[in-house]
Amino acid sequence: MLEIKDLWAKVGDNEILRGINLNVGAGEVHAIMGPNGSGKSTLAHVLAGRENYEVTGGRVLYEGKDLLTMSPEARAREGVFLAFQYPVEIPGVSTTYFLKAAVNAVRKHRGLEELDAMEFLALIKEKMQLVEMDQALLNRPLNEGFSGGEKKRNEILQMAVLDPKLAILDETDSGLDIDALRIVASGVNALRNQDRAMIVITHYQRLLNYIVPDFIHVLYEGRIVKSGTRELALELEEKGYDWIKSQEQRSEIGDQRSEV
Amino acid sequence: MLASESKELYLSEFRRYRNNGATKNPPWLRQLRESAIASFQKLGFPTTRDEDWKYTSLDSITSVAFQRGNGVAKTVTADDISTLALADSARHRLIFINGQYFPHLSSLGALPVGIRVESIAETLQRNDDSLAPHLGRYARVREQAFVALNTAFMEDGAFVMVPKNCKLREPIHLIFVSLSNGESVASHPRSLVVVEDGGEARIVETYIGWGMGNYFVNPVTELVGGEGTLVDYYRLQREGIKGFHIGTLEVQLGRNCNLAAHAITLGGALVRNDVHAVLNGEGSECLLNGLYVLDGKQHVDNSTEIEHMKPKATSLELYKGILSGSARGVFNGKIMVHKDAQKTNARQTNKNLLLSADAMVNTKPQLEIYADDVKCSHGSTIGQLDRDALFYLRSRGLSRDDAQSLLTYAFASEVVARVKIDSMRQRLDDYLLTKFGRNQESKIQ
Repeated sequence: MLEIKDLWAKVGDNEILRGINLNVGAGEVHAIMGPNGSGKSTLAHVLAGRENYEVTGGRVLYEGKDLLTMSPEARAREGVFLAFQYPVEIPGVSTTYFLKAAVNAVRKHRGLEELDAMEFLALIKEKMQLVEMDQALLNRPLNEGFSGGEKKRNEILQMAVLDPKLAILDETDSGLDIDALRIVASGVNALRNQDRAMIVITHYQRLLNYIVPDFIHVLYEGRIVKSGTRELALELEEKGYDWIKSQEQRSEIGDQRSEV
Repeated sequence: MLASESKELYLSEFRRYRNNGATKNPPWLRQLRESAIASFQKLGFPTTRDEDWKYTSLDSITSVAFQRGNGVAKTVTADDISTLALADSARHRLIFINGQYFPHLSSLGALPVGIRVESIAETLQRNDDSLAPHLGRYARVREQAFVALNTAFMEDGAFVMVPKNCKLREPIHLIFVSLSNGESVASHPRSLVVVEDGGEARIVETYIGWGMGNYFVNPVTELVGGEGTLVDYYRLQREGIKGFHIGTLEVQLGRNCNLAAHAITLGGALVRNDVHAVLNGEGSECLLNGLYVLDGKQHVDNSTEIEHMKPKATSLELYKGILSGSARGVFNGKIMVHKDAQKTNARQTNKNLLLSADAMVNTKPQLEIYADDVKCSHGSTIGQLDRDALFYLRSRGLSRDDAQSLLTYAFASEVVARVKIDSMRQRLDDYLLTKFGRNQESKIQ
């Protein structure tokens, strides 16, 4: 479904992604872990189409199409969804109005009829149960004054109603207490199926106790330096990111020697 | 034509008016006119060298020989007017065309006993002296050239009188239409709203333009709120693209009076809105709530001044502007806290959203404080749409244009939400959504 080949990207003058290679198939859940500043969030935003990231090399195929030439809205309509680490507060736009506009934009693109107010409300009510979200939030301005947990639940609610093929969860566990984490994770798990791929980005192993991935990749200084299965996460937790860092430094020294 | 020549024209027009139309006026009014024209003669038109007019040039008004009494209204229906004025559900409305009252287009439903809603010209014809204690007592005839000009030439406008403890909750719509088919029409509508102690009123003044010609409208409204009154006042402005509007609202508030004055400016080529609110009683509360939505070559100058005269009064001011094209906005907000006005609470905010590279705003908040125990703040911002918010909306499938128009609408909503008349708020919402929706269509083409 998603093929990332030698992807390079920078923000300003900083080269953040330095040759990412990753294949994600339908139905698979991939976790991407890594220390702060390793490029996890940059990867998520590049995939979603954020404009201030400049792709300087490589390519990304999504269902065989060149993802990087598509606008953010085209990606969303084609089924790419990014759950934000920091969902944006938008005063003056009610959550319902926003959700309805989003759902219908996506439905229209997929050749489905737009939902009227009643149909939309029925859909929302059903999906809200997934994340145990309070219906009162619907009438409030989008994310404004929402607690950290409410914002993240709102992200997963959006994911549920937009029904994406590829969902990227950017540090969805950050700022959540254990109860909120459990609710959010069970919402995500309910949305797992054989057609939908997920990329779960996280700093901590903790989230992966709830959302169990098929594959784990470790990102360090803009590259995937280690890939494996669930056990890799446990090893990382035990040894810490310093383990990766020191391994990388050794291999760099090795590189220099071989150059000599 | 130079400003000095234009001034001469108004002076000679007044000499004719003095010996003709104004002869039937009672002595107090004739006297008021004489002192007003003398002030105008002394003041002349303001120039950009005057601090209060620094960013607004009046050349486009002073270079044209606008004439009173030009243009007669025969082609407009009450329905046309209501639609344009966003007031189709209005039960009580007075309609003025080029400054003159049109009874057959107006309508008044049943009003509580004692309340008066009428045309000032009618009041004067009846030899009724109810106007004398108020008219011209609050507006700054000696300092403001356009108030002086209005006072010299005023013939008609609305007179609303709400007696003691009388509560008028249904809105009274005062609709001022300028109709010009190329005759450079001038009008000087003058209104007076008096709400006596304990009274309540809701007034909507709407200005609209009709026809292809240019025109100049120079309205002045004096609004007096007695002790413990509750007044909700709106000035909605939808002048035509060749409309020149210099408007003044002069407010005088008594003890524990609560006033909300809304200024929604959507139209006009050159517009100046002067609001002067004097909080002349302890514990009074004043909200100034403004929105200006401009594009093309529109120039709109909002100049507000709040004077805290007595202790424990509160003023809250929020003006927001949305500018596109090569529009120019000016915000001049002054809060003056006099030395007796201890425990004053004043907050002023001006926020501007620029949607194009050529749009421009000058914003100048000012605080002058002569009391020592007060809480005052002011702030202004000029910015573009938030990029994070745009990306967030687009990442959910909204097109760039839809995301922009939604965020623009959201920016205005804080002001629109304070409009308490449901039908008007709904009309404004629709107007704004359509307006920004239309903008996007033209972008696509």
